[in-house]
Amino acid sequence: MRQTSLFDPAFLRPILAFLRPILIDAAKAAGIATLLTVFMVGIRTVDNPQGLQAEYRFDDVFTAVAIVFFGRIALSLLSGGRVLAGLVVVGGFSAWMLIALLTVGETGIGLLPKPFASTVVCWIVTLAAIGFSLRGFFLLTRGDKGAPAVFKEEGALSLRRMTPWIGAALILFAFVMPWFDFANRRIMDMAVLVLTYVMLGWGLNIVVGLAGLLDLGYVAFYAVGAYTFALTSFYFDLGFWVALPVCGAMTAFFGVMLGFPVLRLRGDYLAIVTLGFGEIIRVILINWWWFTGGPDGIRGIPRPTFFGMEFRRKPREGEETFHSFFDLDYSSVDRIVYLYYIILLLALITNLFTMRMRRLPVGRAWEALREDEVACRALGINPVNTKLTAFGLGAMFGGFAGCFFAARQGFISPESFTFIESAVILAIVVLGGLGSQIGVVIASILLIGVPELFRELQEYRMLAFGGGMVLVMVWRPRGLLSHRDPTVRLFKGRRTKSARPSEGTA
Amino acid sequence: MEPFLQFLINGITLGSIYGLIAIGYTMVYGIIGMINFAHGDVYMIGAFNAVIVYLVLGILGVTWVPLALVLVLLLAVVLTSTYGWAVERLAYRPLRGSFRLAPLITAIGMSIFLQNYVQLLQGARNKPLPPVIQGSFDLTSGSDFVVKLGFMQILIVVTTVALMVVFTYLITKTPLGRSQRACEQDQKMASLLGVDVNRTIGLTFVIGASLAAVAGFMVTLYYGVVDFYIGFLAGIKAFTAAVLGGIGSLPGAMLGGILIGLIEAFWSGYFSVEYKDVAAFSILVLVLIFRPTGLLGRPDIEKV
Repeated sequence: MRQTSLFDPAFLRPILAFLRPILIDAAKAAGIATLLTVFMVGIRTVDNPQGLQAEYRFDDVFTAVAIVFFGRIALSLLSGGRVLAGLVVVGGFSAWMLIALLTVGETGIGLLPKPFASTVVCWIVTLAAIGFSLRGFFLLTRGDKGAPAVFKEEGALSLRRMTPWIGAALILFAFVMPWFDFANRRIMDMAVLVLTYVMLGWGLNIVVGLAGLLDLGYVAFYAVGAYTFALTSFYFDLGFWVALPVCGAMTAFFGVMLGFPVLRLRGDYLAIVTLGFGEIIRVILINWWWFTGGPDGIRGIPRPTFFGMEFRRKPREGEETFHSFFDLDYSSVDRIVYLYYIILLLALITNLFTMRMRRLPVGRAWEALREDEVACRALGINPVNTKLTAFGLGAMFGGFAGCFFAARQGFISPESFTFIESAVILAIVVLGGLGSQIGVVIASILLIGVPELFRELQEYRMLAFGGGMVLVMVWRPRGLLSHRDPTVRLFKGRRTKSARPSEGTA
Repeated sequence: MEPFLQFLINGITLGSIYGLIAIGYTMVYGIIGMINFAHGDVYMIGAFNAVIVYLVLGILGVTWVPLALVLVLLLAVVLTSTYGWAVERLAYRPLRGSFRLAPLITAIGMSIFLQNYVQLLQGARNKPLPPVIQGSFDLTSGSDFVVKLGFMQILIVVTTVALMVVFTYLITKTPLGRSQRACEQDQKMASLLGVDVNRTIGLTFVIGASLAAVAGFMVTLYYGVVDFYIGFLAGIKAFTAAVLGGIGSLPGAMLGGILIGLIEAFWSGYFSVEYKDVAAFSILVLVLIFRPTGLLGRPDIEKV
């Protein structure tokens, strides 16, 4: 190789010396990728009446390995100071993929061949490549770490000062959204779903973000809330508005009961015990069939009424419906819009409550406890009681959300309360940035709303969800909008309203 | 008496499998202090790799059972430990030194990813495998309840014991084991003394994944069916076992595994099958409340 007559060896040697480690690295990565994919991707097991049979897909293995190989080279170039070279590789690849994908016509064949048969996989790869090219571009043009200004310290600070305004704008938008034209039934359904998760995220934020208690079984409280409403409506004929406080009280009670024995435990143990509780509640719901309906769940849960008026086409005997009372034409979207406003209000109450709690002694004790439990004990804060209030309050909001969920669905079963729900809610809180209220909103839209838009790609949805969780976390380990600084600031010259020293100390 | 003996045998078999998975949890927790949530799914990948390799060997014409089993075991271990390594490299190493919750979230993300990855690639339906090792000894005769000790059960327990011997040797006597224990005590000091911390942690994941792969292989043979969801519950129970035995303690993980297996077997035998998971979790909660360091764990002193 070195003695190639075409090139002068003296010129070639440094290039080779530079490329050698990169190529070796890439070859190693490709080797690993081969091991990972050769059986798992290359051979698909199909069960026939004659037993298991194999289908081969080695072309996919080959493309995957090739992508890893060249991706690794590009990454090494990007991080090894040869940004331009890396950019050429990744950018060229992105361009290739874009052309290949965008020119695909009716025949399914574009100007350029695309590596994967599945368009979805191609798009994912392309987007990743474009992301890397953008990063390389930033590196090239700015010469620094490449992060946009928003994500830097000063950027984050100015963003934080703007937060109240952004929040107000978001709330205003949320209130007027149903009146826009684009708000059709599908969008409204999605908005209700996103807001449910926003509320759950805000509830869990009290426990995880403020008090620093890692709760992997939050869905248990969601389930308790939902089942409390379903069962009280089934056995005692309670309506939504009467049942709502009952649900909240019930779940808060559950939270305190569950929390009492386990809150002595440290972080990870607490996580696993709460996970255990989540599973126990689900197993009980499945097996206590004569009371909870078992795996079949409970149906016929009443919908929320508007001051006793229902949202249905035909009124019941001697009752008015919403549209007949207000002399409107019946529209099925009305009910969704009503649900939307209910959950919006519930979520905003959760938010307001949390924000006010943060200013109270107990809220400050939560944050202090999160930072250093030993110091808190030394200062005379009772950690168990403080944690219990956080746990109980977080549970209560989970219960409200559960109650709403039951009323919205009209049918609940233990299926809806699996561990994956807990993981999603926790992911929303952590991705948003622990303790950040607006981060929860952004993360909910990202994790719930965006995948919901790609419903057609159902089978890839959870795959992308899991992968996205890993990527975002690796990219920004402290969450999208992380700020862990205390609510109370005692800096000179930067006195905020809450920084008055006379104000309550815990 | 006879049912008791049968439950004991079943419980120890099940417990060996939990124990093997639990070692992966406890090692990782010991060395980097995180719950490797994706470990249960690595075990599931091990089971799937075993099925696929077995299928391929059948197609290639390797039909002599002992040879086929050894090959399946070796290949499944190699392939699965690559997964263990890759998970660590991609999801945990970039977050080393980050705050405590971050790797836990990536672990959950990885777990979701791996489950759906396998579901997409291999299909959601469970994969049946024709029974390979059948037959059993009858331990009692004469009474109406026959206690059976299956050949597969013997294989599982013997393999587990053999692995434990090898593994104990690896940890106590080899340079790798020494550097692992060094990293467990103090990573910074270990790296100052010339231990390659990244490599050691990577190898810890490889060892954990290998043991999980063996467990997956044996489960495949024992139950004869796998699906993409087996990792979740097995993972949680194995973690429970690790905590029960005292997280960070290797013999504790095995002990905890056997105990969880026994609890499950006796609970389903004497009380109800439906609530066997509840039993395992309740034991976990009770242990944590009354003995937070587990059965064989060291009490940890919180430094300020």
